[in-house]
Amino acid sequence: MTKRRTWTYFLPYGLWLALFVIAPVALIIYQSFFDLGHHFTLSNYSTYFQSATYLKMTANSVWYAFLITLFTGLISYPTAYFIHQLKHRQFWLLLVILPTWINILLKAYAFIGIFSQAGLANQFLTFIGIGPQQILFTNASFIFVATYIQIPFMILPIYNALDDLNPAFINASRDLGASNWQTFRHVIFPLTLPGVKAGIQAVFIPSLSLFMLTRLIGGNKVITLGTAIEEHFLTTMNWGMGSTIGVILIVAMIVVMLLTGDQKREGGTPR
Amino acid sequence: MKRRFANIYLIIVFAILYAPIIFLIAYSFSQGDTMTNFHGFTWRHYQTLFSDTRMLAIVANTLLIALLSALIATLIGTLGALSITRTTKRVTRESLLTLNNVLMVSPDVIIGASFLIFFTMLKIPLGFSTVLMSHIAFEIPIVVLMVLPRLREMSASLLDAAQDLGATTRQLLTHVIIPFISPGIFAGFFMALTYSLDDFAVTFFVTGNGFSTLSVEIYSRARQGINLEINALSGVMFLFSLLLVGGYYWIQQASQKRRQRKREVVS
Repeated sequence: MTKRRTWTYFLPYGLWLALFVIAPVALIIYQSFFDLGHHFTLSNYSTYFQSATYLKMTANSVWYAFLITLFTGLISYPTAYFIHQLKHRQFWLLLVILPTWINILLKAYAFIGIFSQAGLANQFLTFIGIGPQQILFTNASFIFVATYIQIPFMILPIYNALDDLNPAFINASRDLGASNWQTFRHVIFPLTLPGVKAGIQAVFIPSLSLFMLTRLIGGNKVITLGTAIEEHFLTTMNWGMGSTIGVILIVAMIVVMLLTGDQKREGGTPR
Repeated sequence: MKRRFANIYLIIVFAILYAPIIFLIAYSFSQGDTMTNFHGFTWRHYQTLFSDTRMLAIVANTLLIALLSALIATLIGTLGALSITRTTKRVTRESLLTLNNVLMVSPDVIIGASFLIFFTMLKIPLGFSTVLMSHIAFEIPIVVLMVLPRLREMSASLLDAAQDLGATTRQLLTHVIIPFISPGIFAGFFMALTYSLDDFAVTFFVTGNGFSTLSVEIYSRARQGINLEINALSGVMFLFSLLLVGGYYWIQQASQKRRQRKREVVS
């Protein structure tokens, strides 16, 4: 009786797993073996691995995602750390979350205005005597905006890790004569590393696929894996090749997850 | 000294976080047509926005999709979390959790592209229904992740006590489990809403021609250049998020206080 009840509870969730998790992944892999004429073929993969353009695009995309993640991390860790020391930290954390509620497209749109020829950024550059520059449609503007958008997603996991940290460890470290820096380096940072890794996961993978930013801010100069997939699916209608790049992106994602997520099993966090 | 550095750092970060948003909203009141020089105050762009029936219909669509998908996703996700905690084998649980997280970590483009293949193969016409299904699909895992920790915190003795007192499975669920995990359910619903409102890439893939959500509309308008009606729209949306977040914060504070008071009464 109870057993059957449990099954009916599981049914909608199980259906979701089958239809929207397993099936789509299987389909994208399946589709990657078909060319434009719907013939089963490996040509998509051979084209991909023989084409300098595709390989360079992939390397570029990974490099940009790396830079975005790096900058996001460098800005977010201190932010999370300082917020955690504040009195009304829940409130400040909400202020971090609030911008994520603003649609990502609106934020990108704001930067089109800020970075435009006569925009705020150029007015500032003129004011300090550098003179107006072409900011919009450069690689730097793409990285800046992507970093801006990702910062909250890095702050949150790091903050949570800091929140999980038992303050007794910090007190113990201080009592044993460690300086602030030593405490940070040997106690706080290693113990909050899971948060940093979660943040890297949350930032790096989406950064590989931010196609709207490459179009709106990067001016199509930066082509990420995401841009390539979107182009193949919605513009050139070459779903086979698009799926192949998709499979590459999935593989990249798995690699990132293995690099950042495996720690749990080894250590078994003592809590 | 250290304190002051921390404060300055935070001020800079928050300034950068909010500058574009303030900039965007400030120009929604400008009489000009570009986001360069402020030309004096006007409500004109808001008037344009509120008489733009196409835009209003899209706003209504977006909200409808967000609320509906978040509701359904919360329901399915909560059931999912319940079944995940009920699994006895560790292997089953781990693999369910891994599968659950696939959509959490998948890039939007992959989700969008694979759903597009999926819907096309099933010959489901692209539009409202495909967008709704896609949103439900990518919101479920976050609900599960928000509900699971609360379920884990629930002690087994609580359930045993209820069962000893003669509670049926249904009563157990409605009177013990659901009230206990309701903060998690609530947080899950909230996150689901955020995901839906913020999504662009997945919707862009599965939306087809006739149907549009705000993100897709903003994308196509932003590609054509600056249009201060979009600024007015962001003003309205910001106010809306502020109200929602404020409400969420207030409810959380209130429930925390209530719990504290209860604890005081008990002790």
